[in-house]
Amino acid sequence: MGYPHKPHPRETPILSRHFGDAEARTLDGWKKRGGYRALEKALGMTPEEIINEIKESGLRGRGGAGFPTGMKWSFMKHGDGKPHYLCVNADESEPGTFKDREIMRWTPHALVEGAAIGAYAIGAETAYIYIRGEFTEPLRMMGAAVKEAYAAGVIGRNAMGTGKRVDVYVHKGAGAYICGEETALMNSLEGKRGNPRPKPPFPAVAGLFAMPTTINNVETLTAVPHILNEGPAWYKAMSHSSPKSTGSKLFSVCGNIARPGNYEVEMGFPFKDFLYDVCGGPPPGRRFKAVIPGGSSVPIQTMEEAEATLMDYEGFIAQGSMLGSGGVIVFDDSQCMVKQIARLARFYAHESCAQCTQCREGTAWTTRILERIERGQGTMEDLDTLLSLSKQMTGTTICVLSDSCATPIVSGISKFRDEFEAHITGKRCPMGATAAA
Amino acid sequence: MGGTRPGSDASHAVHTSDAHYEPVFAGEVERELEELLTHYPTKMAALLPALWIVQRERGWVSEEAMAEVAERLVLTPAYVKGVVTFYTMYHQHPVGKYFIQVCTTSPCGVCGAEDTLRALLEHTGCGELGATSADGRFTVVEAECLGACGFATPIMINEEFVESVNKDNVTDILSRLP
Repeated sequence: MGYPHKPHPRETPILSRHFGDAEARTLDGWKKRGGYRALEKALGMTPEEIINEIKESGLRGRGGAGFPTGMKWSFMKHGDGKPHYLCVNADESEPGTFKDREIMRWTPHALVEGAAIGAYAIGAETAYIYIRGEFTEPLRMMGAAVKEAYAAGVIGRNAMGTGKRVDVYVHKGAGAYICGEETALMNSLEGKRGNPRPKPPFPAVAGLFAMPTTINNVETLTAVPHILNEGPAWYKAMSHSSPKSTGSKLFSVCGNIARPGNYEVEMGFPFKDFLYDVCGGPPPGRRFKAVIPGGSSVPIQTMEEAEATLMDYEGFIAQGSMLGSGGVIVFDDSQCMVKQIARLARFYAHESCAQCTQCREGTAWTTRILERIERGQGTMEDLDTLLSLSKQMTGTTICVLSDSCATPIVSGISKFRDEFEAHITGKRCPMGATAAA
Repeated sequence: MGGTRPGSDASHAVHTSDAHYEPVFAGEVERELEELLTHYPTKMAALLPALWIVQRERGWVSEEAMAEVAERLVLTPAYVKGVVTFYTMYHQHPVGKYFIQVCTTSPCGVCGAEDTLRALLEHTGCGELGATSADGRFTVVEAECLGACGFATPIMINEEFVESVNKDNVTDILSRLP
């Protein structure tokens, strides 16, 4: 349901090429579309050769941090006598982001192939695909694809007849945003509460089951087979602004926009054209007011900033935000920014694992203050308190959940201060909205 | 209105101790757990999957079931409960035949999720969040981001994901449930 839309002529459908094509979900269908050629090729290469190709392509992590994938893989020391693990982060829960869901629903074998290549490259015989529990259809699709791949000998003890072992298991989460944080995911997979771990040690030294571990996002791994098939130069050529951002990227678009959905464009695509042309602009009769371009944890952009942005890692930073996970949330002029920021704070308060005081207390208190302002019961002093709390919540905890809560608050107050002040001086929401009790 | 909340007088008796507890892990289900254990180097790692099996078989995770899982995986019941309560998806009490999760996080919020939620609470007879309708058919809860923001409002009815739900098609969706 809900998919596919017909790709826009300005899209570059590489990962999304087979979205909506039910036959691509099966092993045979996937092979007919060129699937598993890259795995066969990879198993004939040395891990170093694969890592060099990925380094050369410029591929960076698509989960949010944008760390260079080849470099991450090179941190794994081969021949250390320890079991290595690959974790696939399919706990997609960042508000505004729904691209990995689509990859797993329509092209599950693309992820099995990417995970198997990734595992081999880091010297791991086991890959775990950790999928959030709410993703029932992706879980079914990935489960079926893994089963088919085992039955056909594509993965398992003797992957593609090469004598190399690659086991892939699907692991179902149970409802916790924080498990998308890499070390929380590892704790969860080990059967523990999903509390993030202090770093160091970093996962490449002591990760899952205290063994050297690499964790990659679904979209990142799905790009890998294409790079091995077409070559790093082909991938690198998809770059229209910063040379540090290469390839195609899936953007999930939602909120107040004419055509929400997943769109794939090359790095450096103009954000203005993306919003108004590719995605059809604002709903009829409305104007855009603000955009959160990379999932709810990145700073809010004004339209002036958004319209000047080139869509890549550096381009979003240059215009006051971040590419993040590529989850684009659009707000039109009918929305109250105070209410939206209060709702985001409530999300983080709900999802805090509660082990760090700054996060446990900070997310709860900022939510209460924001909801108070939205109801028309705030004071000017509350704005200073919010900024002071936000400062205490940034860079002071084990993971960045509390930073993520502070980000929309700080950017919201600095860019939409008039809306906050109007609530306080008018003692009501000027837009007629009310925060949830 | 008319729903009952877990822990209220009307429903409290439903989930007190069962003297004749039937183990979940027997026969086929026991073999399923044994197969699962081969996926991991530790028994503890099978905890989330084992709890999922319990919920599939029993509809919720009781204290007795937690104790059974603890024994199977060489953990303590307190440890298992600590894990169960950390995650949102394990039910610690019986729920309606149809457990409905409604996403109301910001992206869905700006597309009318609050109206969708209100319509669901009204048409199911649940009345309030977390309550089970008097006929035992429905429990409606708010969920944080279900990861389908482009198809607002997504809801989950048990294991089924339904996209693009709004206040106007709620009755139609509910009427199709057996």
